[in-house]
Amino acid sequence: MLEAITLTLELAITVTILLLLIGTPIAWWLARSKSWWKEVVGTLVSLPLVLPPTVLGFYLLLALGPNSLLGRSIASVIGHTLPFTFAGLVVASIIYSLPFMVQPVRNAFEAIGERPLEVASTLRASPLDCFFSVVLPLARPGLITGTILSFAHTVGEFGVVLMIGGNIPGETKVLSIAIYDYVETLEWNKAHILAGGMLVFSFLVIFSTTTIEKRLRRRMQ
Amino acid sequence: MSRTLTDQPEMITASFKGLQGAFELDASFRLSASGVTALFGPSGCGKTSVLRCIAGLNQMKEGYFSLKGEVWQDGESFLPAHKRPVGYVFQEASLFPHLSVEQNLIYGQKRSRSAPAPDQTVLNQADVVELLGIGPLLRRSPNKLSGGERQRVAIGRALLSRPRILLMDEPMAALDRFSKNEILPYLERLHDELKIPMLYVSHDITEVERLADQMVLMEMGKVKAAGSLQTLLSDPSLSLSSMPEAASVLTGTLTAMDDAFGISTIVVSGQRFQIPGVKGPIGRSVRLRIEASDVALSRHMPEGTSSILNTPSVTIETIQSFGQHMTNVFLGLGEDLDRQTLIARISRKSLHALDLRVGDRLQAMIKSVSMVRDV
Repeated sequence: MLEAITLTLELAITVTILLLLIGTPIAWWLARSKSWWKEVVGTLVSLPLVLPPTVLGFYLLLALGPNSLLGRSIASVIGHTLPFTFAGLVVASIIYSLPFMVQPVRNAFEAIGERPLEVASTLRASPLDCFFSVVLPLARPGLITGTILSFAHTVGEFGVVLMIGGNIPGETKVLSIAIYDYVETLEWNKAHILAGGMLVFSFLVIFSTTTIEKRLRRRMQ
Repeated sequence: MSRTLTDQPEMITASFKGLQGAFELDASFRLSASGVTALFGPSGCGKTSVLRCIAGLNQMKEGYFSLKGEVWQDGESFLPAHKRPVGYVFQEASLFPHLSVEQNLIYGQKRSRSAPAPDQTVLNQADVVELLGIGPLLRRSPNKLSGGERQRVAIGRALLSRPRILLMDEPMAALDRFSKNEILPYLERLHDELKIPMLYVSHDITEVERLADQMVLMEMGKVKAAGSLQTLLSDPSLSLSSMPEAASVLTGTLTAMDDAFGISTIVVSGQRFQIPGVKGPIGRSVRLRIEASDVALSRHMPEGTSSILNTPSVTIETIQSFGQHMTNVFLGLGEDLDRQTLIARISRKSLHALDLRVGDRLQAMIKSVSMVRDV
């Protein structure tokens, strides 16, 4: 049971950090670009919000498996294919949780508007300097929301994990799979502990997100 | 276009041409790079666009800009905004909400350390804080400040970034009357104490008359005229003299003070003016504003005593009627080189009754003169 919990946390932390690094530039581009195909990209990023996780998992399994070009080239670099490994879970989770990072961060970037960037540039801040000294601090509420939501969403996922990760203890057997397992094998007590824990965790996530965001917004107005 | 304007060492040379949405800007001017230059015109005439082009925030299809011989933009070459040594004050103060007042102040200063400022004294934080009276605000958060206080901090922030030119986009437009009166004296101090040239966008002529030395008059994306404030205000061919609040601005020297009545004597182009409430050392220069509708004309010196203190002798330079019933009479005050122009607004009926002609010598009777500021 403990193994499933640590594995889940490990996965969620890795995915959240990577999502901050990948999602922030995507959100910035979506917020600032004037190109016509940005909404196409925006839609692709948001797809996991409506797609059944099994659909996403199915395609990822095909794309990353040994029968696809992508899967084979990844295997030739790292020595094995991604499905049914921890790394495979990370990749799938990043794609699956991407909208939960990109959406709030993009909204926060858009809310900043043009003016603070212009002010920074008349005060000799280069675009990169401005991004770190003005944009990121002003977008903090959105970044915090995105971080919490991505983390929580990764902790709670089931369908994608089942499709691409399977059920290997210590490698891909995360919390939600473990709960499913306990129920299947009629170990109700253990299922209760994990499920109850998840319930409390989820409540705390949503509650803290809303309060933190509210406080930050009030401070900046 | 750019090639026809050659650089000159102590000049601002600007030329911008291009479309911005449906708006066409085609503005060129060259003026002395000193004192305050007002960009004046009705809302939507392109004043702000010109300022933004100078700051590098907008890029027009064709553009040229140089400051004291240093070219920032010419055809394809374009110095990006963050490399231009400007201090820009936006209409709304736009302080960074995530930084304290003090952190806002030093934001630009930190980033402009390397910039040389050869011909002007470098302002340090203490000077700026003193100049703008913002000492008590330093530790506060920008959202705890009043509109006027915010704008003063924004001006300070711009000054500390070692600008070689200050660009102000209607810094008082978003303020109420009260905050305006609070901030004007600070702007006048800037004018008097700093050597940095300032471009000041405004659609309020009284603000311009108080602050500006030069003026760029704009209309529908084009420059109608550019030159000294006095010249433009008294130019019959421009629309300024037909505004309801048309006035002339005169420069004079304080020569005597009468303490009993609090009346000071100011000599303007050799003529003595008596004005209440002007103080200061004898010999200082002051700027006077006389509204055109406060000036009456007479062929003779009024007999006996009257309440009117100022009755200078003048010569008619131009007569211009506008509307159906009114006339502006442009009057020369003083001789030759020292000549300044006074505008009188009289009815067409009076013009006819007095049979006024260009070249006539008259007495002007001035009901009220206000001192605008020191020069």
